[in-house]
Amino acid sequence: MPDWQPGAGLSQLRARAGLLAAIRRFFAERDILEVETPLLCGSGITDPAIEPLIVAAGDSLSAQRYLQTSPEYAMKRLLAAGSGPIYQVARAFRDGEAGARHNPEFSLLEWYRPGFDHHALMAEVAALVCACLGERPWRKLSYRELFRQGLGLDPFEVDAGELERVARGRHDLGNLEGDRDFWLDLLLTHDLEPWLAGQGLCFVYDYPASQAALAQIVDHDGVEVGQRFELYIDGVELANGYHELTDAAEQRARFEADNARRLARGQPARPLDEYLLAALAAGMPACSGVALGVDRLLMLACGEADIRRVLAFSWERS
Amino acid sequence: MASYSTNEFRSGLKVMLDGDPCSILENEFVKPGKGQAFNRVRLRNLKTGRVWDRTFKSGESLEGADVMDRTMEYLYNDGEFYYFMEPDTFEQHQADVKAVGDAHLWLKEQESCEVTLYNGTPLSVAPPNFVELEIVETDPGLKGDTAQGGSKPATLSTGAVVKVPLFLSQGEVIRVDTRSGEYQGRGGKS
Repeated sequence: MPDWQPGAGLSQLRARAGLLAAIRRFFAERDILEVETPLLCGSGITDPAIEPLIVAAGDSLSAQRYLQTSPEYAMKRLLAAGSGPIYQVARAFRDGEAGARHNPEFSLLEWYRPGFDHHALMAEVAALVCACLGERPWRKLSYRELFRQGLGLDPFEVDAGELERVARGRHDLGNLEGDRDFWLDLLLTHDLEPWLAGQGLCFVYDYPASQAALAQIVDHDGVEVGQRFELYIDGVELANGYHELTDAAEQRARFEADNARRLARGQPARPLDEYLLAALAAGMPACSGVALGVDRLLMLACGEADIRRVLAFSWERS
Repeated sequence: MASYSTNEFRSGLKVMLDGDPCSILENEFVKPGKGQAFNRVRLRNLKTGRVWDRTFKSGESLEGADVMDRTMEYLYNDGEFYYFMEPDTFEQHQADVKAVGDAHLWLKEQESCEVTLYNGTPLSVAPPNFVELEIVETDPGLKGDTAQGGSKPATLSTGAVVKVPLFLSQGEVIRVDTRSGEYQGRGGKS
């Protein structure tokens, strides 16, 4: 007989309902508008490290659609249309991401704050997390400081060969090959995330420009940094935020650079979201935005180490 | 043989890595907020027994290994090879000293054990967790010394040497835990 039972117990189901209520209360108190946007989108994401799930064409609607990997582009169109601060709790979908902290279908809390830079938004993210998990201290560490303190090296100075040498000295990596960002990601996931496990609630900010994604890039003491941040709680990556890029031409150039990297890696190029580009061209207010994994926040609230324990039905049994 | 991608890696899956058959023990998917995803995989090399962690790029594949675990009956040893028989088909397999390894200390004729076949040839042999074997040599038993502490070495019919209580003597059958090599009690009362 198939195992039809839920993976989450009644207490985890209740904790999820309580968490969603706390989130909505938090935003209602701040007068931030809850919105909903489509799950099925006409264009996918160009980021080479994210693969969407695709819904084949229906009988009467001809073209295929992408299940959203985050509600970012649609929410930015609302911002450009003058929505003011907005939030959404939405399902997002990513192919190939399954494990103790990943489910291919998951819940994202995403919100945008016109007029905030990424530091102001980090403070609000910390307030939300404390409202959900209880008060606790938090700290900020730049990406550069993280590598200096955790590994004793400067990620902006050291070249790819040296990063590979350090990584190979610490782990069996077989015949892996990659560029500078590849080795930085390897050291981050293998060495620095475990190091962050001892740091409580900690933001990491100002990433290498090559990892800026959709964040603004600025010059900081002679190095270009992307004004992006990640939130870690006890080493669990919980949220990713940007001081958002608002320039349509720069956004188009980044999409095209992403697609060039996709093609070089043998991945299909993705159509650009022309609606987003048109919205940016019309003018999106300066803002910061963040996406936070609700299932992982629930794991922390429940003290569960495996995401399958907080999902009613995980991917394997959905 | 089929090939398996990192997201199909499950505990117990047998794959080829660096030319050797390996068994996957654990598979952890890790990904930074943005960027490259990896699988950190714990494996056991089935030839050497070594257990270690290897990192793969998510989505990479490995060839499956033609490895099967079979319950077989141990027949005999001809001085060079050990012979095992599949109980259903009566098919016999010969295993060399390397494949049998330390298991030879616990192999008793007509008893069942787990034989791991790699490309149809025995790769390793696991004895049952408990076996009963006869003491063939030990110091004489001390009369009256029944329950008190103290032990002495005893050589068993297979050549294994285990520590036994002082009151046991040659010719008696004892029960041994093959995983620890420890005496469990007198035989015949399981």
